[in-house]
Amino acid sequence: MAVEEAVRAPQSIADPATLARRTTWRARAWLLGLSLAMLLSLVAGVSLGAVAIPLVDVARVIGHHLFLVPEQRTWSAPRDSIIWDVRVTRALLAMFVGAGLAVCGVALQGMVRNMLADPFLLGVNSGASTGAAAAILFGISLGIGEHALPASAFAGALAASLLVYAIARSGGRVTSVRLLLAGVTVGYALQATTSFLIFASDSAEGARSVMFWLLGSLALAEWGAPLAVVAIVVLATVALLTLGGRQLDALAIGDETALTLGIAPEKLRTALLVLVALCIGVLVAASGSIGFVGLVVPHLARRAVGSAHVRVIPVAALMGGILLVWADVAARTLLAPQEIPIGIITSLIGAPFLLVLVRRLHVSSAA
Amino acid sequence: MIGAEHLTYAYGDRPVVDDTSLIARPGRVLGLIGPNGSGKTTLLRMLYGSLRPSHGRVTIDERPLEAWSRRELARKLAVVVQESGAESTLTVAEQVMLGRLPSLGTFRRTSTGDHEIVGDALARVGATHLADRPFTALSGGERQRVLIARALAQQGEFLLLDEPTNHLDIRYQHEVLDLVSSVVDSALIVLHDLNLAARYCDDLVLLDRGRVAAAGTPDEVLDPELLQQVYAIHASRAELDGHPQLLFRPLRHARSNA
Repeated sequence: MAVEEAVRAPQSIADPATLARRTTWRARAWLLGLSLAMLLSLVAGVSLGAVAIPLVDVARVIGHHLFLVPEQRTWSAPRDSIIWDVRVTRALLAMFVGAGLAVCGVALQGMVRNMLADPFLLGVNSGASTGAAAAILFGISLGIGEHALPASAFAGALAASLLVYAIARSGGRVTSVRLLLAGVTVGYALQATTSFLIFASDSAEGARSVMFWLLGSLALAEWGAPLAVVAIVVLATVALLTLGGRQLDALAIGDETALTLGIAPEKLRTALLVLVALCIGVLVAASGSIGFVGLVVPHLARRAVGSAHVRVIPVAALMGGILLVWADVAARTLLAPQEIPIGIITSLIGAPFLLVLVRRLHVSSAA
Repeated sequence: MIGAEHLTYAYGDRPVVDDTSLIARPGRVLGLIGPNGSGKTTLLRMLYGSLRPSHGRVTIDERPLEAWSRRELARKLAVVVQESGAESTLTVAEQVMLGRLPSLGTFRRTSTGDHEIVGDALARVGATHLADRPFTALSGGERQRVLIARALAQQGEFLLLDEPTNHLDIRYQHEVLDLVSSVVDSALIVLHDLNLAARYCDDLVLLDRGRVAAAGTPDEVLDPELLQQVYAIHASRAELDGHPQLLFRPLRHARSNA
């Protein structure tokens, strides 16, 4: 009896309400801190580059455009254009793309219950790449004008996810395993198609620009519809996933559990798939394939605030945004004036992290 | 009340559950027993709407199952399935809070009332001290207790459990079932172990190859002759604390010693 009491003795007497409040405050602290870091990163992202621009100038130009400060322009038009049209748009695009990739990664890892899942696992990026390669190499662009590349990439992404969904659905049920297998299969097939397109084309210049695009780049950032679409889609995705956080928690445990908690698991998974495919399609169309963000950031976010999706989604969004803004700074400055494709930077950061993760998985399963 | 009328379920053309009927009444603990592959889990899954029967129908409070929405159903029946979510890194309190999901829906935030329900559920299963531990870090017995707490937080009228004693050592097998029979009035439990069924269930349904071989009190159902037909094992009955208990011996040995 004494032993039993010792075993049962409460280690921490905290009622669930207090615990929940503690976790909520912790999450709020993270959100606040990360929001500040996000702002600082954006400013730094604008200031740093092939040519560093003093923070004062950055603040002046942004203030002028943003709040219509009627200040006498003391800076040149080219400088204004570099700051406002080139660097600000680029930093914003980096933020949204990073946030989008990160939350799509969280959603996918939850819905297929695989911690190594990644937005690109669904073959979406391979589809986008094939679309982009076709546009660049065979000039589908003729009809659609300047947005031919992103439009074609987006079409490819959607076609690929429809194909993945159709294959996963063929047995009547869309299970996690089917989805993973279908995604990997379609991904390989489309990668082969892209390689074949490059191989079959005569244009060395075209091949080079496809390669550049495949490795990811934010160089297409500019004020206008594409940036607005990215921003709206990413914000909507973050909001919807946060709202559906509890459902995602249940689905992450298992289909049968979700079902007994009043959720139709396959409907939810299909809805999530549509959302993620749209979001990734838009992101890949805007920036090419930027790997590892969607794989690595969800793990960082979970380490920070636990695994309840209501908290993980917003935190992952901010972390992803910050990561990509800095990755872009690195891409622009490391070999300046040469620009390194940003996908190379994220992979260089991501790969060692993944190794650490794999090691830890091994240790925890051995223990 | 849960009613199953002439339920049949077939994987391909092999029926796993074959024209089976049963009634689970409120205020009783009903045990579903039978050999491996006799259709216990399949039958249970039809009762909570995870599998659709090929023939027959399920009624909950005399209303057909199809007429219930998923969320309504989740507020009526709380189910502890075998899939434990062992990889789930949610904390115990978060895990139990998921039991509030059917009552909250998508857009409502958790209230103080929900936290009280969670705290109460944890207290009832004696897991208050585990609240902030990650679910993955718990032992098998602790996990089962937490999953029962999650089911309690659903505040359903019926508790359904699929082999809740699997992979638990003997002490925890008793602890979990003792807990179930003390915290809920109405339950339907799929069980492997006949002696546990005899001790903790008010009524038993014995399945044999998808059909009901016997139904009634443990005293009626756990009949050595019947068990010999169904399990192909020799059973001798004894009694402990007013419940029938069984001792087993393979038929081969029973013959040679006779």
